[in-house]
Amino acid sequence: MAKVLVVTSGKGGVGKTTSTAALGAALAQAGQKVAVVDFDVGLRNLDLVMGAERRVVFDLVNVVQGIAKLPQALIRDKRVETLWLLPASQTRDKDALTEQGVADVIKELRRQFDWVICDSPAGIERGATLAMRFADAAVIVTNPEVSSVRDSDRIIGLLDSKTEKAEKGQRIEKHILITRYDAQRAARGEMLTIEDVLEILSTPLLGIIPESEEVLRASNVGSPITLSNAGSAAARAYLDAARRLKGDTVPMSVPSDRKGLFDKLFGRRAA
Amino acid sequence: MTLFNLFRRRGSAPVARERLQILLSYERATRGQSDLLALLREEILVAITKHITVERENVQVRMDRGTSVSTLAIDVEIPNSAGLLLATAS
Repeated sequence: MAKVLVVTSGKGGVGKTTSTAALGAALAQAGQKVAVVDFDVGLRNLDLVMGAERRVVFDLVNVVQGIAKLPQALIRDKRVETLWLLPASQTRDKDALTEQGVADVIKELRRQFDWVICDSPAGIERGATLAMRFADAAVIVTNPEVSSVRDSDRIIGLLDSKTEKAEKGQRIEKHILITRYDAQRAARGEMLTIEDVLEILSTPLLGIIPESEEVLRASNVGSPITLSNAGSAAARAYLDAARRLKGDTVPMSVPSDRKGLFDKLFGRRAA
Repeated sequence: MTLFNLFRRRGSAPVARERLQILLSYERATRGQSDLLALLREEILVAITKHITVERENVQVRMDRGTSVSTLAIDVEIPNSAGLLLATAS
């Protein structure tokens, strides 16, 4: 039974695309058949983060409009064979996606994949509401910062009212994924703690992704972090989060990249 | 910053937490209210235009939420020419 997941946040720049790529890859690495779908029409970036930008021929809008068939638009990952990407288009037409068109594509993806992960655009406009429209579950990416938490609260309200599940009176499964977390700063009272964020949003936690230089390194080279540097703290956090999505019980922790005394004495790591 | 402040200084996270809690309790309470107001405005407008000619933008509907009671304020601006119509109708 396929599961449709939306990765959303309201606020931009919190790590939706990075998280979509990392969670998608992590699930695929665990043997699941995964399609990651970019809903950010006009500002696509999932292809770039996944390192598939030069392989895009057809896109989601082409499929919705019947110009291409779904298999023509799906791009298979070169590293993990059960991972596929459906890119967004670069068109400036805001109404390029129709609700019925998206419904049909999601329905077809459900037949072929174990997981369909929809990377939502920022904001609460059409693109964002269409990305969440047919989801069974949502990952709300939140930074421990006031504007991100406020926007997450707004998005939770939309998930509970504007999705197909909500309209049928069913509950959409919601998870908070905290990204860019700095445990040291939180301990010093300089950053909202995990407990603060969860209490304010009263939504269960999927994982805590620590602030990490490795995240930028992964996007620089066009690889989900769970593939390019599986041992890094952020990758371990994403791998744990993916296992929780599958239903495994994994103790919650904040993985750390903190350097030991040796690294501090001898400077930068070679890479 | 004085030395005293340096020792006294506490993190800003508790301030962030408190501000968010106050803001979100308000925003959650008013969520969806704008839809209700839009609906009320339309229906009030229909009721008024049966008897008086008014401009759409001259009908304001506002709700102020208090702790124990809330007030609904309806502000209708009627031009004097329409007032004449009102007088002849009655």
